[in-house]
Amino acid sequence: MSRLKFFIPVIAFVSLALLLWRGLYLDPQELPSMLIDKPMPGFAMTTVEGEPVSNEDLPDQIFLLNVWGSYCLPCLVEHPTLMRLSEEGEIPVVGVNYKDRDDLAQDWLETNGNPFAFSIYDADGRLGIDLGVYGAPETYLVDSNGVIRYRHVAVLDETVWADEFEPAIAELRAEGQ
Amino acid sequence: MIPELGSFSLILALCLCGMLGTLPLYGAHAGNQVWMNLARPLSAGIFVFLAISISILAYAFVTDDFSVQFVAQHSNSLLPMRYKFTAVWGGHEGSFLLWTFMLAGWMLAVAIYSKSMPLDFVARVLGVLGLLAFSYILFMLATSNPFDRIVPLPPSDGADLNSALQDIGFILHPPTLYMGYVGFSVVFAFAIAALLSGRMDAAWARWSRPWANVAWAILTIGIALGSWWAYYELGWGGWWAWDPVENPPLITWLFGTALIHSLATTEKRGVFKSWTVLLAILAFSGSLLGTFITRSGLLTSVHAFASDPDRGFFILGILGIAIGGSLLLFALRAPMMKSDSGFELVSREMFLLANNVILVVAAASVFLGTLFPMVYQAITGGLISIGPPYFNAIFVPLMMLLVVMLGIGPISRWKKTSVGFLVSQLSRVLVFSLVLGVALPLIVLFGFSLAATVTLILAAWIVLGIAADIRAKTANKESFGKGLRGLSYSYFGMQFAHFGIAVMLVGVSLTSYFSIERSVLLDAGDQVELGEYEFTLVSSERINGPNYVGDAVTINVSRDGEMMMTLVPERRLYIASGTPSTEMAIDAGFFRDLFITLGEQRDSGAWSMTVYVKPFVRWIWLGAIFMALGATLAATDKRYRRLRVRQKEKKQSNSITAQLGSTPQVET
Repeated sequence: MSRLKFFIPVIAFVSLALLLWRGLYLDPQELPSMLIDKPMPGFAMTTVEGEPVSNEDLPDQIFLLNVWGSYCLPCLVEHPTLMRLSEEGEIPVVGVNYKDRDDLAQDWLETNGNPFAFSIYDADGRLGIDLGVYGAPETYLVDSNGVIRYRHVAVLDETVWADEFEPAIAELRAEGQ
Repeated sequence: MIPELGSFSLILALCLCGMLGTLPLYGAHAGNQVWMNLARPLSAGIFVFLAISISILAYAFVTDDFSVQFVAQHSNSLLPMRYKFTAVWGGHEGSFLLWTFMLAGWMLAVAIYSKSMPLDFVARVLGVLGLLAFSYILFMLATSNPFDRIVPLPPSDGADLNSALQDIGFILHPPTLYMGYVGFSVVFAFAIAALLSGRMDAAWARWSRPWANVAWAILTIGIALGSWWAYYELGWGGWWAWDPVENPPLITWLFGTALIHSLATTEKRGVFKSWTVLLAILAFSGSLLGTFITRSGLLTSVHAFASDPDRGFFILGILGIAIGGSLLLFALRAPMMKSDSGFELVSREMFLLANNVILVVAAASVFLGTLFPMVYQAITGGLISIGPPYFNAIFVPLMMLLVVMLGIGPISRWKKTSVGFLVSQLSRVLVFSLVLGVALPLIVLFGFSLAATVTLILAAWIVLGIAADIRAKTANKESFGKGLRGLSYSYFGMQFAHFGIAVMLVGVSLTSYFSIERSVLLDAGDQVELGEYEFTLVSSERINGPNYVGDAVTINVSRDGEMMMTLVPERRLYIASGTPSTEMAIDAGFFRDLFITLGEQRDSGAWSMTVYVKPFVRWIWLGAIFMALGATLAATDKRYRRLRVRQKEKKQSNSITAQLGSTPQVET
């Protein structure tokens, strides 16, 4: 036994190496959030425009939480869908401006149009960490109690909206949300 | 043609590494003097060819040879000359060449400064390092050759160096960090040589100690430079972010810190031998893991290199063979190691053991926090992020415990210390630390904060403990000065480094708890107050740099209506890459930094900006400098030099070494 204990480090390392090896194969984008069916993490930050904002400012109804950044090209792809949703009043959209700079973000909104009720300015990615964000774009569906119910990583276009979000929202409404 | 010579030189170095990794090792095994004697000249040869390689890469940058892909990606004809030169390590390929060149530098140093060690031991150490260098160069040639060309149509100009890297901090940080990182390979090679030869005694620990100390000192400076660079370049005024790329150096540093303490115990008392060897392997693993994480694309991070799965597999292979192999060797050989002496429950050995346990637990927690998201994903398929709250919650209490031990350890005696003695030495220290810790924040008028008070008590505990120990150690001498002269360099080195911890603690706690900041919109003539300072925007103007355009805003800072200085923060747009960049304006001071980051200009003409007052932030890096100086001082202790003198006399008899050893004979 006393000899065996010296093997502990090498065994620990081999298991770790196997995990790392597996890690190289993984695609982090496929994966759901830890926070599904958990309340939206608390935050007290500012908007991109510098206004203070916290959980209390979130809509009292079902809404989308969209993670975006001015550097993010796919965000431009999903932008028309978000614009339509907010213009037609289908669902409120709250933005999380992730690891961006406020001035660039403001320019981006001015140039492309602003679909967001407001955008939380998450320059250091702290809210992103709490949410388990992999990168922009990502969209969360949050219910009227502020509980995260669905997560979509990557672009939210009309197809994704129809195939994934509309059924999920219908389900929430059926629950009496 | 010239870049191809760089590749060719790499291939030659690879061949030499192949020889170094086999012949001297076999020679040491078989007792063949001639083959063992190859180790030193081969190491020198590897250094020369890698030096040629890296010079050629630098030449390609300086001459704007954009047909070389690496140059085209990381330079531009407008880039100022000094940055063209440092762009050599501005990306994955070049920085890996620098890393390998550093290793060759350490190998050359071992070849030169190893006259006091037996030949078979030197042959094994250099042989192991040769194998490492072999794998690095092979990796470079196979997956990331910095000399790859763009054919047939090279671009007319380069994409420019990342703007955040066009800066003095970046010129210094990576080479220093690599130098420290790679230094632990040397200590690792010593440990492997010890395992291979079965020679794990106090002499082995004595040979390793100066190398471990120097590597540790350089790594400390490297990490501090990185922190300083992040502080003034990245614009958020923070000095540590627990980023996945920041953590591996810290893990290595924590293992390294445990190692230099454990080595001391092994040298002085002949105990903890297998533990010391294991720590040497772990510290080295930390450095390899750092490379793996940065270069494999495994973890996403703000400053990871562009990723490539092939590289990931290759590095993982190196990692698996080097670390797995050495841990296996450890498992087979470690049971042979026996302690030379015992010790009691209250003794310096015990405090050093506590130090080791705490440091290793801290390193393991940082490691876990860094890799957990990936491991979690590999096992469950879920995705999570781990942020500063986790690290702070675990790391801070551990470090506090460590500092408590740090106050007692140096005062305690080897083998056995009476509790009464410790109490008599430390009771006054404790009382004064408590008084100082509570009084200082109030006196300096920052206000009261429990966390800051606790850290100040701990800092005072270290400093007063050092004072008490020096007093006790000089008490029986005729005069204080004579007593001081009687103490060894390594003793002063230790106290110096410990003092550095106290300085850093003060910096960390006061900056963390008493920094103030304000985000404002200022028009020309507007003023904002922050703490006791008033900031007035005077004017703004367009600026044209060599490879950027931008705005500079002039801000006058005054205190109590009295003009103190002018600060000029800038916003730049780098032309070639189109990336914007913010140049902070910082007034550095011993007791506080004033720090301004410039936002954008609004349509009204007003500028948005954030102003910060950060008390004692410089002390964080000052503490690191003290630590590094302490470790260097300890490495120059007389007893390491004395050995070499003794060895010189012996040398005459060793005629084979004299004939075949063509290494530069600096010592003689």
